[in-house]
Amino acid sequence: MHAARTTGLVPRPVALVLATLFAALALLGIGTSAASASTDPSEEPAGPVLSIGGILRDGDEPVEGVDIDVEGGGFSETATSDENGRWSVEVPEKGDYTVTLDTDTLPDGIELRDPDRTSADVSADEWQTSSISRLFPLGEDTRQTSGFFDLFMQRLVSGLNFGLLVALAAIGITLIFGTTGLNNFAHGELVTFGGILAWVFAVLLGLNIFIAIPIVVILGAAFGYVQDTVLWRPLRKKGVKLVQAMIVSIGLALLLRYFYLFNVGGDTKTMNVGLSDAVVLGPVRITTGSILSMVLSVVVLVAVALFLTRTRIGKATRAVSDNAALAAASGIDVDRIIRIVWVIAGGLAALAGVMLALYRQVSWDMGFQVLLLMFAAVTLGGLGSAYGALVGSIVVGLFVELSTLVIPADLKYAAALIVLIFVLLLRPQGILGRRERIG
Amino acid sequence: MDWGNILGNAVGELISPTTAAYALAAIGLGVHFGYTGLLNFGQAAFMLIGAYGFAIPTIEFGAPLPVAILCALIASVLFALFLGIPTLRLRADYLAIVTIAAAEVVRYIVTTTGLTEVTGAANGLSGFKGTFAASNPLPEGTYGFGPFTYNSYDWWVRIVGWGLVILASVLVFLLMRSPWGRIVKGIREDEDAVRSLGKNVFSYKMQALVMGGVMGSIAGIIFILPRAVQPANYTTGLTFFIWTIMLLGGAATIFGPIIGAMIFWVVLSLTQGVLYGAIESGFLGFLSTTQAGQIRFMLVGLALMLLVIFRPQGIFGNKKELSFSV
Amino acid sequence: MSSDNAAGGTTAPAIPSTHPLVSGTVGPGCAKVDPIVVADGVSRTFGGLTAVDVAHLEIPRGKITALIGPNGAGKTTMFNLLTGFDKPNTGTWNFNGRSLAGVPAFKVARAGMVRTFQLTKSLGRLTVLQNMLLGATKQPGENIFTALVRPLWKSREAEITIKADELLARFKLDAKREDYAASLSGGQRKLLEMARALMSDPELIMLDEPMAGVNPALTQSLLGHIKNLKSDGTSVLFVEHDMHMVTHISDWVIVMAEGKVVAEGPPETVMKDPAVIDAYLGAHHDTDLGDLTGGPDLVEDARAAAEEVHEHKHHEEDKS
Repeated sequence: MHAARTTGLVPRPVALVLATLFAALALLGIGTSAASASTDPSEEPAGPVLSIGGILRDGDEPVEGVDIDVEGGGFSETATSDENGRWSVEVPEKGDYTVTLDTDTLPDGIELRDPDRTSADVSADEWQTSSISRLFPLGEDTRQTSGFFDLFMQRLVSGLNFGLLVALAAIGITLIFGTTGLNNFAHGELVTFGGILAWVFAVLLGLNIFIAIPIVVILGAAFGYVQDTVLWRPLRKKGVKLVQAMIVSIGLALLLRYFYLFNVGGDTKTMNVGLSDAVVLGPVRITTGSILSMVLSVVVLVAVALFLTRTRIGKATRAVSDNAALAAASGIDVDRIIRIVWVIAGGLAALAGVMLALYRQVSWDMGFQVLLLMFAAVTLGGLGSAYGALVGSIVVGLFVELSTLVIPADLKYAAALIVLIFVLLLRPQGILGRRERIG
Repeated sequence: MDWGNILGNAVGELISPTTAAYALAAIGLGVHFGYTGLLNFGQAAFMLIGAYGFAIPTIEFGAPLPVAILCALIASVLFALFLGIPTLRLRADYLAIVTIAAAEVVRYIVTTTGLTEVTGAANGLSGFKGTFAASNPLPEGTYGFGPFTYNSYDWWVRIVGWGLVILASVLVFLLMRSPWGRIVKGIREDEDAVRSLGKNVFSYKMQALVMGGVMGSIAGIIFILPRAVQPANYTTGLTFFIWTIMLLGGAATIFGPIIGAMIFWVVLSLTQGVLYGAIESGFLGFLSTTQAGQIRFMLVGLALMLLVIFRPQGIFGNKKELSFSV
Repeated sequence: MSSDNAAGGTTAPAIPSTHPLVSGTVGPGCAKVDPIVVADGVSRTFGGLTAVDVAHLEIPRGKITALIGPNGAGKTTMFNLLTGFDKPNTGTWNFNGRSLAGVPAFKVARAGMVRTFQLTKSLGRLTVLQNMLLGATKQPGENIFTALVRPLWKSREAEITIKADELLARFKLDAKREDYAASLSGGQRKLLEMARALMSDPELIMLDEPMAGVNPALTQSLLGHIKNLKSDGTSVLFVEHDMHMVTHISDWVIVMAEGKVVAEGPPETVMKDPAVIDAYLGAHHDTDLGDLTGGPDLVEDARAAAEEVHEHKHHEEDKS
């Protein structure tokens, strides 16, 4: 069995013990959070220290525990990549060095993309900045031999998976926007809420993931309900304007995000829940977790569609989105509908958080990282349209994954956002939206 | 707990170059949002472009100081045009989404490993201070009094930084009392009405976007003079801090952004000092210093919420003139 | 202008086929002797709905023209199209012989065709005076660079301030000069918007339902102001629901229904046009036209208002 990409690279039981220990410490408030999480913009850099470093990644996954030797001018030191795949060696002077990767320390199933390129040189005249990076592209055994078509299919499935989970969260954004006019910048934190809770229940407490998922979704729905009751409904009553409410949601996002960081720490956590076995379907290698995620997403999305089109409450929701005043005049309890929308949005976002945890990892800002993609999806589809959000999400998901075929993987989010800007330029109403009537 | 030290650090923030940079960025954002009503959520990107636009020509080509500054300004004007052309004709919230998206795009671009040679990727850039340091007319040495004791370079950064803040404030004051200011304020209220009176609304919005963006870029240059360029500094968090500062002082006021920036940094410094002090002396032994830092950001979020809900006009704003129009 | 006995009249005189304003036969889309606006083949659809489909339309110069029609007739959409606030699917139109199709709204306004809005767009957080000054043209201080140097725009600012004060006095808003526009009543905002539009000395002023939501007392002075505009040489085109309002002050009436021009003519006769009655009433042939939109009280008020217009006007002239 290959160590599948989503499992992380430390052997599973060790990772589990470490993660549990670490999280327990963090929850008790004694653990120290990883320094990498600090985003204090006023923080001063370390000074003019010279260093050679880099990041080891296999696809998206950082590769931890790989030894890299830096030698030159009588200096020699070995660095080991950390949980983010980063490694760095401080060197004494701006001289020539040789950087060598110790292939024996690579985890099973991961090899250099070019097996002959185990070392790289740094020359003295390169030192224009205080740090120089050297990269060692990694790739799985299977990927080395796979052709463009196989890679394309692999990315297509990944993109579909990612798009579906973005859709789960984006529909919440679009329903909230449609019924209240609020651009909810704290929606990413609803997603993170789901991801962290999934990790707490399934990894920390060791619950079966199939029991954990419904619990997390219910708690997410409750979180949506509480947010609406405690914050948004009073603000609506107070007659707070939309831009004002949007900035409130930004403040709430900051507050929640750092609250998560405070409690779970800044490291990423792997979801080892027994869903990372790989299944090979033709050219596509997919984990059971991803299959589960896709099936569940489709089922839930169909259920949401049926809810919106077939049930009384769903129809009322669409009526409120269309024209709240008219809906209120025709006897619909708009406040109740908005409350229901928040509950649904909270539940869907939490579910998306679980999926995202299975698809990637759990971290304090996992929701915020995809927030803009969700906004991009919603905007692409046409603000306020649930079907638009679905289509937009899948477009975004596919674009994010397929773009890595031609551009560096660390630019894939950027590519999706650039597409958003161009779509707005050409078709401001979104892919499915209609031209708005003026006056 | 060393109260003298804590207070000294906090007071030092009053005139720190970082405070000046944030104040200047907030003045620019005030031109965007406070006066013109543009929802710019990408002010961090203008600061990033100022920083890299200044640092890259200096490091790569040894550009003289004025040339490097000019590069930064041109880059920010181009960026403003790039943002404005697709979005200024659309509804206000589209600008919000596009600016925040574009800000993330530029951050991803400078962080990508493919451009390490130019941008230093995640490690950022350093070694660009030579030309600015050479322009320093102040004598060598350390002088000042009390908490305001700095060396020659640090004084020069502060003088230039705050000089630019004052210059920008005067510029905004002059513009906003003029017919030009009347038009942009009209646009903030209702752009169709202004259009119906024969004013080229698109052009004025663009002028405001460019002007506020250029101020953001200059702020970006001031911001890096006492430190290195670090791409991780330019997250959306930075944009939101600048929003907090602008709203704190009052979005459409001349002194609001300056006082807002001072309050923001003094309070952050005080809370940090007090929390760290309390941890050291065992009051809050269960906290780590990293967690104390996180508490500060929670407080910023909470402050932003409370401010917008209960005092949307800011500390100096006039309640009638400065509530939210949309 | 004769307005007596027009509204709700019981006799139905034959519709004359000629009129001094018209160069040919009177009818929908007829050519005017001296048109200020000429539109051809203007259409606009929203989704599957055709909001406007006007084959030919001419607006006479120096007169008060009313554009009437039931709700959803496409009046406001036509306004938006002519003033560049919306883009048509097809069509061309010119103003003073200059083609304005595809010209952005602010250039339309600069060309001398200024509009107001159905829902007032007074700029709430600007003072009444600032609102007025915004309407003035040729301000050097509107350039971002000259704006910085006050002496460059000071004299023009003084000129337009005098003009604004005159207009504010005329519209009885001078007491509110320094107040925020947000503090004005709905009717006062309508007046402010009209006064603001006049700051640029437009050749054609287009008023979108100037009387909507205005209390009867102010309706009088609004009607008076509209008549004054004509005597100052400004052409007026206004949209209105209530036909009674229209008959008292307009020289010419254009009737739209379902996006088309169905009738036009002088107010005394156009109300008798069967097409108009069809468009407005459908099955309710017996109803007084005013009742449909205004209700009896409002109609009475409007009549009274129209009759008092002359007196009011004189009164104002005495004052100034």
